[in-house]
Amino acid sequence: MVTNITNFGRSGLSDWLIQRVSAIILAVYTLFIVLYLLFNPGLDYATWSGLFAQTWMRIFSLLAFVSLAAHAWVGLWTVTTDYLKPTGIRVGVQTLIILAIFVFLVWGIQILWGA
Amino acid sequence: MLQVSIYRYNPETDSAPYMQEFQVDTQGRDLMVLNVLELIKEGDSTMAYRRSCREGVCGSDGMNMNGKNGLACITPLSEVVKNGKLTLRPLPGLPVIRDLVVDMGLFYKQYERIQPYLQNDEPAPAIERLQSPEDRDKLDGLYECILCACCSTACPSFWWNPDKFVGPAGLLQAYRFLADSRDTATRERLSELEDPFSVFRCRGIMNCVAVCPKGLNPTRAIGKIREMLLANAT
Amino acid sequence: MSNMRSLSFDAIIIGGGGSGLRAALELAKSGKKTAVLSKVFPTRSHTVSAQGGITCAIASADPNDDWRWHMYDTVKGGDYIADQDAAEYMCSEGPKAVFELEHMGLPFSRFDNGRIYQRPFGGQSKNFGTGGQAARTCAAADRTGHALLHTLYQNNLKNNTTFLNEWYAIDLVKNANGDVVGCIAMDIETGEVVHVKSKATVLATGGSGRIYASTTNALINTGDGIGMALRAGFPMQDMEMWQFHPTGIYGAGVLVTEGCRGEGGYLVNKDGERFMERYAPNAKDLAGRDVVARSMVMEILEGRGCGEHGDHVYLKLDHLGEEVLGKRLPGIVELSKTFAHADPAKEPIPVVPTCHYMMGGVPTNVHGQAIMTDADGKDSIVGGLYACGEAACVSVHGANRLGGNSLLDLVVFGRAAGIFIESALNEGVDYLEASESDVDAAMKRVTRWNESQGGESVPALRAELQGIMQNSFGVFREEENMQKGVGQLAELRSRIANAHLPDKSGAFNTARVEALELDNLMEVAEATAIAALERKESRGAHCRYDYPDRDDVNWLKHSLYFPADKKVGKRDVNFAPKTVDMFEPKVRTY
Repeated sequence: MVTNITNFGRSGLSDWLIQRVSAIILAVYTLFIVLYLLFNPGLDYATWSGLFAQTWMRIFSLLAFVSLAAHAWVGLWTVTTDYLKPTGIRVGVQTLIILAIFVFLVWGIQILWGA
Repeated sequence: MLQVSIYRYNPETDSAPYMQEFQVDTQGRDLMVLNVLELIKEGDSTMAYRRSCREGVCGSDGMNMNGKNGLACITPLSEVVKNGKLTLRPLPGLPVIRDLVVDMGLFYKQYERIQPYLQNDEPAPAIERLQSPEDRDKLDGLYECILCACCSTACPSFWWNPDKFVGPAGLLQAYRFLADSRDTATRERLSELEDPFSVFRCRGIMNCVAVCPKGLNPTRAIGKIREMLLANAT
Repeated sequence: MSNMRSLSFDAIIIGGGGSGLRAALELAKSGKKTAVLSKVFPTRSHTVSAQGGITCAIASADPNDDWRWHMYDTVKGGDYIADQDAAEYMCSEGPKAVFELEHMGLPFSRFDNGRIYQRPFGGQSKNFGTGGQAARTCAAADRTGHALLHTLYQNNLKNNTTFLNEWYAIDLVKNANGDVVGCIAMDIETGEVVHVKSKATVLATGGSGRIYASTTNALINTGDGIGMALRAGFPMQDMEMWQFHPTGIYGAGVLVTEGCRGEGGYLVNKDGERFMERYAPNAKDLAGRDVVARSMVMEILEGRGCGEHGDHVYLKLDHLGEEVLGKRLPGIVELSKTFAHADPAKEPIPVVPTCHYMMGGVPTNVHGQAIMTDADGKDSIVGGLYACGEAACVSVHGANRLGGNSLLDLVVFGRAAGIFIESALNEGVDYLEASESDVDAAMKRVTRWNESQGGESVPALRAELQGIMQNSFGVFREEENMQKGVGQLAELRSRIANAHLPDKSGAFNTARVEALELDNLMEVAEATAIAALERKESRGAHCRYDYPDRDDVNWLKHSLYFPADKKVGKRDVNFAPKTVDMFEPKVRTY
């Protein structure tokens, strides 16, 4: 068994599962947004912000954001372990990625509930 | 005349590898690539490559022929030569010892890591352990592996992480024992494989399936291991 | 010399095929300091090419099967010069050895009741030849050797055996008393030559089919163990006995298992006639291999061969149907398509008798101890030297081996050698250490090659040797032609002694390995030739036009070739099995 401490779920299986479940959530969310835009051709700001004012949409969006964060971390972590062989550089890049994901997540929450 | 271009490197005399050109008279015969190498070696005894059974069952002469991994002894020229030219290189991704001979150490290490032997903690009966033909059928497509390394050295995931990713050959054998009704170490075997590298570095590229000279399907075996891991953990 | 590195082991096993790995497994379990020294990674050894199966009376296909029937078949198959105590040991211990393999994980094919699948093979009978055809060959599809070799390698990994992979043994090291105390070996990857010291040295180097131009054998089968033992002065037994397998693919030499005929395939001549019905009315295509091979050559010589040149016959399998072929003979379908361009489900496979197996070898007892004879012709044990598998002549195969008996031979006697060496080591082995001149003697030929400045090339000389053997010592033999062959070999020997190794580099120098192998091919070829010339009778695989009959008065004996004076002596065949009555020599018909 290969041990490591920086991957998301501490096991390849949970990473793999998270990657797939988050992908499904993101797919559903994307599909919903696309369909919503298609069925509302002359979309204006009021309708759009009305949609996001509803609690279920906020929770749905939050779920998508969290999924995106997890999905991005698992994916980018994999990429860094594939291509960045020197440990110092790899850990540095991984830290930056975590930071960026954290910022985007907080920012997203702020947008959803901040209005 | 067949134009053959071969990767040459002798650590004692060459500072860097180079490609050498040979003209081989095949007399119009559809030789195997190994026969072409033998003809070349008769003229240039310094040419180094591995070979043994010359019938595709020992796995010695895996090499990269016109860009694709395979066994030289069962690859006829008609199948591989393009525009009258044949380029031979060592299996990619492993250190080269000399010419077409690679150091297979990492490959064997990954094979050893999956504990490639039957484990059964029950006392053995006086005769054989019984196994139904249906259970035995589950081993078909798995036990036939000849450890030629054509698959693992065609796998980008193995190129990036040869020390951590078991690779298609090792995983095919891991599943061969997971699938064996006589093996009782399933749980232990699975727990050794659940980290993010050993199995999960497989990205389903399927180069392994495309090059396996025995027509085996490591990707399918890896999928089965994932299913077993999931069933075991949820 | 003094700066040469040395390694020390309790036991060194030279050869990583089936018998070597089986012996190593036994010793690794015992905790003795053991190493397997193999010129190829173990799973590339020739055992991997064995197809049809391992013959053994495990009473699966027939619950009433009896190892004594198997022993009878083996002794009869060997034309009565198989040692009956050895055949008894192999056939009675066999089931234990086969069940062990199964417990180790060998993926045998199965019957519906879950037991190991067994198929009929040539020369098998029930009830001492009176009960009809038996099905006694345990199989893993048609990849039994592959499955067996990988299983043994895997279990050696499990037991932490030390491997010196891609090391080439050059010569045995003998001490002043004539005991074998190790060998000189080369690490092929670096070219470094090392003195390997050991209390027990096991020759498990397999056969030497590459002395013939056309052979089913792997390119690595160059008789290295036989060559080493002959150069060390030890005699070889029954070297004239070479099996020609009836079904080598025409042109390529690649083996097609006897299991094809076991599953119901048969041979036809150009008229489509199933000609074996004429030569062996009862067993037909499942007669002994020597009988079938000779019948095929007769058909060809009498103008009934197939193809443009009428120089082969056909093996017909299409009537078995794709399902049976896919299930029982998948490897054959693959090989036939690749090397004969024939799909056996649709068309017959062109086949011709092809050199396949060396019945002779280092004479040993059932414990694998090498035997030599003293001045009075009495057996004595060679200190420190053991042999098993094809390199050994126990002898269980006599003048002709039965199909499926080679895999049984190598597991039973590999195991037996391991067990015996363990007990010998426990009792304490104390040989005189080799002196510097002893080591120098073993270094002689590698030094010769390394210092060669000019001369003929190795591939050309090898091809010539193979041509001589093919032409003068094939399926049918005859005095004048063999005399000629012996003369040609003598001349070739002096040319090989002056041949040239142009590449003196160290790292993975396969040219040096091939040069060293050529010396061994030469030794084996000459032993074969001289022994064949000497045995003036026809028995088993040794068939002479000028002496067409078996001569039990003079030749119910092993031949023993002594390398020092290149003379052939005789050694008694064992007719004293321990638990059964001996089988009297009878006329051999199928």
